[in-house]
Amino acid sequence: MQNRIQQAFQKKGKNLLNVYFTAGYPRLHDTVPLIKSLSMAGADLIEIGMPFSDPLADGPVIQASSTAALQNGMNMRVLFQQLEGIREEVTETPILLMGYLNPVMQFGVENFCREAAAAGVDGVILPDLPLDDYVAEYQELFRRYNLRPVFLITPQTAPERIRRIDELTDSFLYLVSGPGTTGGANTQAEGVQEAYFQRIEAMNLRNPRLIGFGIGDKASFQRACQYAEGAIIGSALIRALEGTDDAPAAATRFVQLVLA
Amino acid sequence: MSTTYQQPTERGYYGQFGGAFIPEMLYPNVEELRQQYLDILADPAFQQEYQQLLRDYVGRPTPLFEAKRLSAKYNTRVYLKREDLCHTGAHKVNNTVGQILLAKRLGKTRIIAETGAGQHGVATATVCALMGMQCIVYMGEIDMERQKPNVYRMRLLGAEVRAALSGSRTLKDATNEAIRDWIGNPVDTHYIIGSVVGPHPYPDLVARLQAVISEEMRKQLLEKTGSELPNYVVACVGGGSNAAGAFYHFLEEPSVKLVAVEAAGHGVNSGHSAATSVLGKPGIIHGSRTLLMQDEDGQITEPYSLSAGLDYPGIGPLHAFLADSGRAQFISIEDEDALRAVAELSRLEGIIPALETAHALAALGQLGAGPDDVVVVNLSGRGDKDLETYLKYADTIL
Repeated sequence: MQNRIQQAFQKKGKNLLNVYFTAGYPRLHDTVPLIKSLSMAGADLIEIGMPFSDPLADGPVIQASSTAALQNGMNMRVLFQQLEGIREEVTETPILLMGYLNPVMQFGVENFCREAAAAGVDGVILPDLPLDDYVAEYQELFRRYNLRPVFLITPQTAPERIRRIDELTDSFLYLVSGPGTTGGANTQAEGVQEAYFQRIEAMNLRNPRLIGFGIGDKASFQRACQYAEGAIIGSALIRALEGTDDAPAAATRFVQLVLA
Repeated sequence: MSTTYQQPTERGYYGQFGGAFIPEMLYPNVEELRQQYLDILADPAFQQEYQQLLRDYVGRPTPLFEAKRLSAKYNTRVYLKREDLCHTGAHKVNNTVGQILLAKRLGKTRIIAETGAGQHGVATATVCALMGMQCIVYMGEIDMERQKPNVYRMRLLGAEVRAALSGSRTLKDATNEAIRDWIGNPVDTHYIIGSVVGPHPYPDLVARLQAVISEEMRKQLLEKTGSELPNYVVACVGGGSNAAGAFYHFLEEPSVKLVAVEAAGHGVNSGHSAATSVLGKPGIIHGSRTLLMQDEDGQITEPYSLSAGLDYPGIGPLHAFLADSGRAQFISIEDEDALRAVAELSRLEGIIPALETAHALAALGQLGAGPDDVVVVNLSGRGDKDLETYLKYADTIL
């Protein structure tokens, strides 16, 4: 069965922009207005962060937004309440949930899948979910609810592991641009990064690829798009939302600048 | 001596606890370690170098001391395994000596570590100096304040101490920062984890490197008491490395009662506690599934203990398994009782224990041990680093 993620890639093919923001940030009830404004402004995929107290793969910007969101009262139940009915307003843009395994486990993985599917969520990114555990315990469940897992690939991921990851999903591959957590400066030499992206491109994988980590503006977005079907922006959007009174307007401006 | 230890499964599980829940950025590092650690540990050349350093540099075997005045007070036979006499003042160096040799064999040139009380940081800085390796230690800002002597010690040894400023600014957050550093430096860096926590194979690796404690205990007990097996082995648990080492060779000896002592802080139900076995539920922290203090939404809660080495919201997966299966008894000790135990050991035996260790000593009255029972307390570290705290609480101690 196709889902919105595959449709989005089929429809546009290249230069897809995936934007990440943290649910409940900057204010508890900004989640839904942000989804609408990001979609209207032209974001091709939307990744909603489920805040966690100890986000290992994220840098200081996303961690601070998670802390603020938790203080605002965000949790899984509130998030699913907020997402209720979202598909009546945002019909096509794929929505993914990104977060860490512990809050999902405590909510109950099956409950989580059921609620996510009911809200119209298309994909899930859980960076600390091991591949073996996914296959052994969750793959069937995800299939039943038509939720597509997204797995990360780094410059150190071995080719046979990349093939396995490619087999395990029908969404996209998340290419981490280089060493470091989200929002960090890209310290890798351009040539090294280019070689890595080209090495992956040459593998002729089933799934399209989005490049993430260290992408933050029009220039870095366009550069990333040379090597993949698109790119993911997170920390830079969070920074643009910091301290604003009108988060949806700030998000619209941000996306327009990246896509201009 | 035969190893009696129950191995974790290949994926690092002790029952339902353990595993390796890590982002892909860490996968190659952790997998490389998983594939190689058993072979490296078993390599005779490694063992020769490791054993020689334990003997000539660390000062092993550490004595097993019969504490007669303490025994008289508790009307039982108390022996103290003197890990406080290890170089750098605690058991932590057993592990760092082993891991630095491992790191060298893996071709790593840069070492990172996390530390709570600073003992693991000092032990890591020490072996890095010994081997000429770059060393960066992450430490919570609050812990840097309450364990200043150890911060100075690390700097003197040439390590860079970086303050963890997020969350509760203690051990948990120092561990988060160390993991993030590793994510950013995946090729040249080895992360020397200081306790039996983290993704597989760390809990098993650290337990094996600390197992020298119980290996020596068995030999020394045979000499001193005529039996290799005590009735009780008592050790404090933050993450649980000294307890893992003290329990290791007794795990499959059902006659030996294993007692793990946690920090209750201001009281188990006070909201200011680190008694994970009581307050925790299964959850994931720092790459392993274990008992974890968390709220109902799965957010990790901030633990409290006066002792910087014990205020960790989880315990190692082996300990979670021992608690869950009932193989080990878990006791919680409050700050004040630990402070009183500091005074007691200092006056009765002339040994000033670390605040962490004092929790284990404070459990002596709760064991129910009889006059003929042999009780071994793992004296995991010495109290020099805690002098400022001890002076601050002079009303309780003096």
